[in-house]
Amino acid sequence: MFQQKHLLDLESLSAEEITEILDTADSFRQVLERPIPKVPVLRAKTIANLFFEPSTRTRISFELAEKRLSADVVNFSASGSSVQKGETLRDTADNILAMKVDMIVMRHPDSGAARYLAQRVSASVINAGDGMHAHPTQALLDLLTLRQRLGDLQGRKVTIVGDIAHSRVARSNIWGLTKLGAEVTVCGPAPMIPADIETLGCQVEFDFGSAIGDADAVNVLRIQLERQKHQIFPGNREYARAFRLDREMLRRTPEHCIIMHPGPMNRDVEISTEVADGPRQVILDQVTNGVAVRMAVLYLVSGGVRETLGENLE
Amino acid sequence: MSSLLIFAGLRILDPHRGLDGEGYLVCEEGRILACELGPLPQEYCDHERARYVEAKGAALAPAFRDLRVHFREPGYEDRETIESGCAAAAAGGYSDVWVMPNSRPCADSAAAIRFVLDRARESGLCRVHPVGAITKGLEGREMVEFGDLVDAGAVGFSDDLRWVQDGGLMRHCMEYAAMLGTVVISHPEDPTLSREGVMHEGAWSTRLGLAAIPAAAEVSACARDIELARLTGVHLHVPHVSCRETVELIRSAKAQGLGVTADITPHHLDFVDADCRDYDTCFKAKPPLRSTFDQEALVEGLVDGTLDAIACDHAPHTPTDKERTFPHAPFGVIGLETSFAAAHDRLVCRGPLSPLQLVELMSTRPAAIMEQEGGRLEAGATADLVLLDLEESWVPQSSTLRSRGRNCPWLGRSLQGRVIATYVGGRCTFDLRREPQPLF
Amino acid sequence: MVFREKAQILDADDMRRAVIRIAHEILERNHGIDRVALVGIQRRGVTLAREVQDAIEEIESRKVPLGILDITFYRDDLSTLGPAPRVGQTDLPFDLNDTVVVLVDDVLFTGRTARAALNELMDFGRARAIQLAVLVDRGHRELPIRADYVGKNVPTSKKEVIKVMVEDFDGIRRVALGEIEEGA
Repeated sequence: MFQQKHLLDLESLSAEEITEILDTADSFRQVLERPIPKVPVLRAKTIANLFFEPSTRTRISFELAEKRLSADVVNFSASGSSVQKGETLRDTADNILAMKVDMIVMRHPDSGAARYLAQRVSASVINAGDGMHAHPTQALLDLLTLRQRLGDLQGRKVTIVGDIAHSRVARSNIWGLTKLGAEVTVCGPAPMIPADIETLGCQVEFDFGSAIGDADAVNVLRIQLERQKHQIFPGNREYARAFRLDREMLRRTPEHCIIMHPGPMNRDVEISTEVADGPRQVILDQVTNGVAVRMAVLYLVSGGVRETLGENLE
Repeated sequence: MSSLLIFAGLRILDPHRGLDGEGYLVCEEGRILACELGPLPQEYCDHERARYVEAKGAALAPAFRDLRVHFREPGYEDRETIESGCAAAAAGGYSDVWVMPNSRPCADSAAAIRFVLDRARESGLCRVHPVGAITKGLEGREMVEFGDLVDAGAVGFSDDLRWVQDGGLMRHCMEYAAMLGTVVISHPEDPTLSREGVMHEGAWSTRLGLAAIPAAAEVSACARDIELARLTGVHLHVPHVSCRETVELIRSAKAQGLGVTADITPHHLDFVDADCRDYDTCFKAKPPLRSTFDQEALVEGLVDGTLDAIACDHAPHTPTDKERTFPHAPFGVIGLETSFAAAHDRLVCRGPLSPLQLVELMSTRPAAIMEQEGGRLEAGATADLVLLDLEESWVPQSSTLRSRGRNCPWLGRSLQGRVIATYVGGRCTFDLRREPQPLF
Repeated sequence: MVFREKAQILDADDMRRAVIRIAHEILERNHGIDRVALVGIQRRGVTLAREVQDAIEEIESRKVPLGILDITFYRDDLSTLGPAPRVGQTDLPFDLNDTVVVLVDDVLFTGRTARAALNELMDFGRARAIQLAVLVDRGHRELPIRADYVGKNVPTSKKEVIKVMVEDFDGIRRVALGEIEEGA
């Protein structure tokens, strides 16, 4: 039974807990197919979406998930600069406490911000991305998509390509995939591979062709130019030459290999338009699964720590 | 006739003469009159002018000396003042501290040096030795007026955490310092390598998603400083060594007979990068807490004498500053009031050193580095003493700290070894038994 | 928590007879089975609904459609109950509109499960009518809900528990009355 009060990262979840989230997300995918795709699970619960970093997809996905669960939703967005000089996260936490919010969904540019908040508020905290640290719901929706396409992930091979060093998506994916028994290879130019990444249980491969040769899935990360204060690679053109997933590279993968991307895409930088729109991509599935996974997380986290009663006690 | 202060029947720890055993110490007028092993001689028993200090089972050692503290005054008095810093030092068993120049304005002028000395004199709890800046405003561009600063009382030069990047400028600064016979303390960190890093680069920084500082930032900077010391003949002191390779560099420099000394902090000895796992900003320090692999080399360096001293790098911050998220919180750890306990617990109780060796690292050797007398319990020496309980386990509490900072990673952790009393020039500056006890 | 049994309410034969009677009553009330569907409430209600379906087939030689309803998302006690309950499947393989739906559950107690089931059904379409069949009605209603078909009325105290055991989940068919004891 899922007993977590917060969802801060996948590192602290067991394989069973991850599987339970995915199973619950399957149920919510069914709910999303219903004539009225809305259930009263979180009626009278208030959820605050705090986005201290620009985000469109994740914010909309969470908001939709919350509304599908009948929660009351308040949104707060602030740009990076005002966060740093304005009120501290501590003050934000106090304000949230005073407003009696039940759950907080937060994205923040600082690694560890979600944990910081969880230590200081009574509400449940769901991490919608903290710095370079974790983006658990993105990894969960990737896992759900993989499970739908590949079945059991035990022994499956997944390659993540791109700027691993600055990517919270990569980190959360590595944790989630390895916990479910998949074999993970990370690939990218050397400055984009962080120190001792192998200690997280993945392999490093610098040659893109070799990295995807026997992959069941390739997860292509966005090259995040905006995060790079210092130059860590020669440029998009050179990157594309070695690490772009295009038709030719796709030929190197097994036929059943699926292509994922967390979005938003830099078309023709990390992925060619042809592959991005091709038959192997499951990118829009990922988006649909995102809503179901976030519904599952909100539902399970809202359970809190309680005791189960017998079935027919009503 | 002046009175005598007599300690008898306690464990004498005098690294200078290598004494460790039950003995006695007699002071008169702020100086040590006699200190030997064995029972108190008859002439001092029931002496009419004597005050006897009761301390059954305690150890008596020369008071500690810290090569590196930040007292924040002027400019950042909400973090620490010279007065509160001196009180903390007294409670930690210190008679002398060297204060870093990074106040606001910084200590780059004779007036600033004199200010620190004046304020410390008002406090009267600890001798304060100001370290002057190497460059004006710590900016690494323009030399300070070295001669003026030395005349005003500066005991050495350092740009604190700013490494003087311009090698040519640093060379000339070192030449000046060498000429004046003063030490240069250079924090080795190449900022073009450390960048926005907030912790040690390795498996844990990768796991936590925190920008990291590679060991190379320290090692390469230290290598340049050692070469400049060779070139200029200056006494180079390398503070808070944190990397295995830096220990190697210093070992080799010493073997070549270069004038290089080094210190290390209790927090680098007791904690490692993995302690940042909960994003607790108490563990955000500069240099960063390194790996266990590095830590082993630090202990080896202390044992074989490569590292000369333990200095706590007392760096107070307000709780508000440290309440920022890990990437934005300031670097720094306070240690004056816990240094002995932490080092004793780590290096004596759980480590390879004897209490005598620890006292040497915290008292005798720092004094020698600064070319000062002290750190000895010999007849004729100034009576700078610390009374220690080597058996007591205690838990440092925020409520009893005299420092204004609360960024102490040992709060709430049990440590064995405690400072009972401190004497500077025979005068008691701290006595635990007369302290108000905490309410809980 | 341990179930301490005090009395047996129904044995396997009693259960079979009750199900057959309910099947007959459904047919009588609705004048046959045209546009009638059964919907079992997860989990034991589904087993009972299947038994009612079999009983009707015995009589009419025709199957009525059978749906499954998981009311987890419609409960009103999510935050007071326990860890978020595991979610079962909801499957309604027929058009609800203009159909008489007979909800089937094992025990009728406070009426809150039936309320949740009604709300959920309404989100799937507009049934012509919704009826309720239960194996045991033990009283203590908290909502204005009553059953149309009842296997057996059993007066109980609030702290007592009715335990319905079916082959699928319990390996035995019977109904018992008892109390839940803490610990052990």
